[in-house]
Amino acid sequence: MTASYFDLVGFGPEGWGPALATATFITLAVALAGFAGGAVLGGLLAWARIAGGAVIGGLAQAYSTVMRGIPDLLVIYLFYFGGSAVLGRLAALFGHAGFIGVPAFLTGALAIAVVSAAYQGEVFRGAHAAVARGEIEAAIAIGMSRPQILRRILVPLILRYALPGLGNTWQLVLKESALISVIGLVELLRQAQIAAGSTRRPFEFYLTAAALYLLISWVSTRGFALMERRSRRGVGIAI
Amino acid sequence: MTALQTKTPAIEIRALHKSFGPVEVLKGISLSAHEGEVISILGSSGSGKSTLLRCINMLEAPTAGEIAVNGETIRLKPGKAGLVPADRRQITRIRGKVAMVFQSFNLWSHMTILENLIEGPVHVHGRPRGECIAEAESLLERVGLADKRHAYPARLSGGQQQRAAIARALAMKPDVMLFDEPTSALDPELVGEVLKVMRALAEEGRTMLVVTHEMAFARDVSSRVVFVDRGQILEDGSPAEVFGNPKSKRFRAFISS
Repeated sequence: MTASYFDLVGFGPEGWGPALATATFITLAVALAGFAGGAVLGGLLAWARIAGGAVIGGLAQAYSTVMRGIPDLLVIYLFYFGGSAVLGRLAALFGHAGFIGVPAFLTGALAIAVVSAAYQGEVFRGAHAAVARGEIEAAIAIGMSRPQILRRILVPLILRYALPGLGNTWQLVLKESALISVIGLVELLRQAQIAAGSTRRPFEFYLTAAALYLLISWVSTRGFALMERRSRRGVGIAI
Repeated sequence: MTALQTKTPAIEIRALHKSFGPVEVLKGISLSAHEGEVISILGSSGSGKSTLLRCINMLEAPTAGEIAVNGETIRLKPGKAGLVPADRRQITRIRGKVAMVFQSFNLWSHMTILENLIEGPVHVHGRPRGECIAEAESLLERVGLADKRHAYPARLSGGQQQRAAIARALAMKPDVMLFDEPTSALDPELVGEVLKVMRALAEEGRTMLVVTHEMAFARDVSSRVVFVDRGQILEDGSPAEVFGNPKSKRFRAFISS
């Protein structure tokens, strides 16, 4: 009970170090997977709103309004219990009874993806609007195909304008990943809770978890700043 | 001109119409440009001259009419805003032969000048990179920008950017060059350096269509002057004919203003 802080969070026989390290990795992994999925879906949403016409564009807009308007926790529950219910029904058809849990990591990553897609879609749409039309025209005029224009011109230019907004969304995703603990994924917050409970040393573990979250966000802020600087080479706008 | 007419025109525009909503901007324009001709297209703002130029490489979708490049008619189909290219591969190939220089330069801001120059040759024509770099460097030499090859467009003056944009167009080894008010966005003291490059291109026999407000260029450099007014061609002839003996009142008013 009087173990020192460093024994508690260290990698010794009594230490929670390995568990916390694994949990930090799970947090990063679920956040990254969700963010990446959200980027793909968000890109599609932005595309739907830019080029989709009234019906498809309207649907994309409705999606983003709904997803940004309801609590993230609700989406997680919906995916987890909804997913279980669907699986349960299917299993019942084959004679299996009872609750079937869906994998927490997958569900969590999906929930993060569908929510962050709504935010990332808005970021991409705004960035697309900021791209100078003339640079696209120059690409059309020189005879580039649509995929070439997208890959060589549009995406690099959109990313330049989207990076600050994406960095912001990433921070939100990182914090949202803590909510995944409610469906049993042992990520950083859940692990801190377990450790705090079994050692009755809540301050040490929650503060350690807070420090680890801050570490991730500090490193990623630096990473985004680097990418922003790279994407703005030659634009003459210092940020 | 009569001697040239036996050859296939580099550009042939037939009965071109273009409307933006209820506004008819081009009212049936026909115009042929033969190899080696330098045609200045004059007209006041809103006359349709830029739209005419932009229809040639289908940056603008015409409402009706035909365009042929080196005798090959661009296949068109109805689209949202007018007629759009029906055959992607054909229009890509044709655009690769018709280079465009824009009023606002439109260099790709995320690429260096050299990267801007080799982008089309490497990715549209699929040519080896090393070869394209060597050609791009000699083009930059020609337009006086050899020392700027690793600079980004935003670091260049307007005149330098436009010269780089002309070099980018030349890197495509185009059959025809379209210039859309190439000096209109420039400070008066930067206009000269761009016109000098264009004059050199004209002298080496390039086929050029130039939408411009530079009367001196139209008079001294071009082989032919076309005056567009309210979507129609009112004058078409040698600079001496058109400036010396204009047929239309509109053009007389235009040059005296």
